[in-house]
Amino acid sequence: MAMLEVNNLEVYYGVIQALKGISFEVNEGEIVTLIGANGAGKTTTMQSIMGLIPVHAGTVTYEGNVINKIPSHKIVTMGMTQVPEGRRIFQELTVYENLLMGAYSRRDKEVKADIENIYTKFPRLCERKGQIAGTLSGGEQQMLAMGRALMSRPKLLMLDEPSMGLSPLLVDQVFDIIKEIHANGTTILLVEQNAGKSLAISDRAYVLENGRIAVSGKAAELLESDDIKKAYLGG
Amino acid sequence: MSTIIDGLSLGAIYALIALGYTMVYGIAKMLNFAHGDIIMVGSYVIFSVFAFGGHPIIAIASSVVVCTLLGVLIEKVAYKPLRGASPLAVLITAIGVSYLLQSIAQLIFGAKSQPVNMGSFDVLNIAGIDINVSTIITLAVGAVIMAALTLFVKFTRTGRAMLAVSEDRAAAQLMGVNVNRIIMITFAIGSALAACASVFYLMQIPSTSPTLGSMPGIKAFTAAVIGGIGSIPGAMIGGILLGVIEKIALSIPALNPYTTAIEFSLLILILLIKPIGLLGKKRREKV
Repeated sequence: MAMLEVNNLEVYYGVIQALKGISFEVNEGEIVTLIGANGAGKTTTMQSIMGLIPVHAGTVTYEGNVINKIPSHKIVTMGMTQVPEGRRIFQELTVYENLLMGAYSRRDKEVKADIENIYTKFPRLCERKGQIAGTLSGGEQQMLAMGRALMSRPKLLMLDEPSMGLSPLLVDQVFDIIKEIHANGTTILLVEQNAGKSLAISDRAYVLENGRIAVSGKAAELLESDDIKKAYLGG
Repeated sequence: MSTIIDGLSLGAIYALIALGYTMVYGIAKMLNFAHGDIIMVGSYVIFSVFAFGGHPIIAIASSVVVCTLLGVLIEKVAYKPLRGASPLAVLITAIGVSYLLQSIAQLIFGAKSQPVNMGSFDVLNIAGIDINVSTIITLAVGAVIMAALTLFVKFTRTGRAMLAVSEDRAAAQLMGVNVNRIIMITFAIGSALAACASVFYLMQIPSTSPTLGSMPGIKAFTAAVIGGIGSIPGAMIGGILLGVIEKIALSIPALNPYTTAIEFSLLILILLIKPIGLLGKKRREKV
């Protein structure tokens, strides 16, 4: 049984149907990517999995439990969270307070130690731990958003466009960190416009077009497919 | 000098009420126009306890408890079902709740004002300045309450969650924050502060009526907007500023009749110069 199973998911914004019945799955230990153009429904898919927007039809099953009707904050305690598009860090809190917020769902005593681990992983965050997060650069904010999400100790981490708006050097760094998070045992569902980089680190991928899954398969095969190359990899 | 001290004390009352407006606005993104009427309910609770011969401490404690529960109840019954509805629908509901509370008070206690004597307070002469003991109590307790609230918001898990929800509700949910619970706590704190404000208010003006909350409510709302609605230190500064200006205007014979006009002119002036209020924040987007 897959860790996350999305079955015939339909989502509407008013009368506009954003997702027209999509199905996919993420197995434990995988990196799975959803690629697609702007407006294809990638972010909508992420948000409806987390319960942030209501699902019209279909089911989301996580570790055998249907979670469509479960409020977002409870889904987080079940071991799944998301680094949202645009990072959405708490700009008025300090770096340290942002990390503490990431551990909000936890009651154990290892929070402090985990924060130290995050500081080791992202030395820049350690240098700036007392700084108001809104003053960080875009790249630092992305590191903070990922560090903050890791603080909930997710079993499944979803990342929505983590490379958006970053310089090529930082993009490489972000993908290295995703690989590292995965190597430490976290299953990853990635949404990206940077299809080349995301396919290169993924096991499998789904291509979203106009609210439907157009193509799916092994990431390595999609990377070689002429259609994908033409549409998403710039020839 | 004693005018300034009186002003600070009145300002502390406005600040306590303004905190309720600003916290609810920041976290639930709504204007709770029934907030002023919580003060009125608080005063009638004290009136009722006194009517049964209760001790002032019991009266104050009951007022805080009743107002806190009432705030939570109003949120649950009137506002929670409207989560996600248009802001206009929520606003009109809040105004409806305000009239409902006033009408209930009028049905139970009548429309006439009733005396509520919190006790007689001596006037002390400190360094040549005459200060009423009630003023000192208001200032001291008000300062302690505001300091405690500031520490609570900054250093507790729930306080941080309140700041997080106020900044980005969806992101807070992704951290595992139960937004409904945080909104409930916000209403509870805001209403408890309003109950404290009602005690201080009665120490200055020892009577109550069903419309008692209207004027301090609207002035505290003004204070919250002046300070920057949504900002906790802003509400404190706005409240104190408004209280001091009110007392100074009242003390100058030529300005006295125009006191209220001066206060609301200040609001207009600040909105013209800095529309987001003194400490209001503009959201910046970084890409």
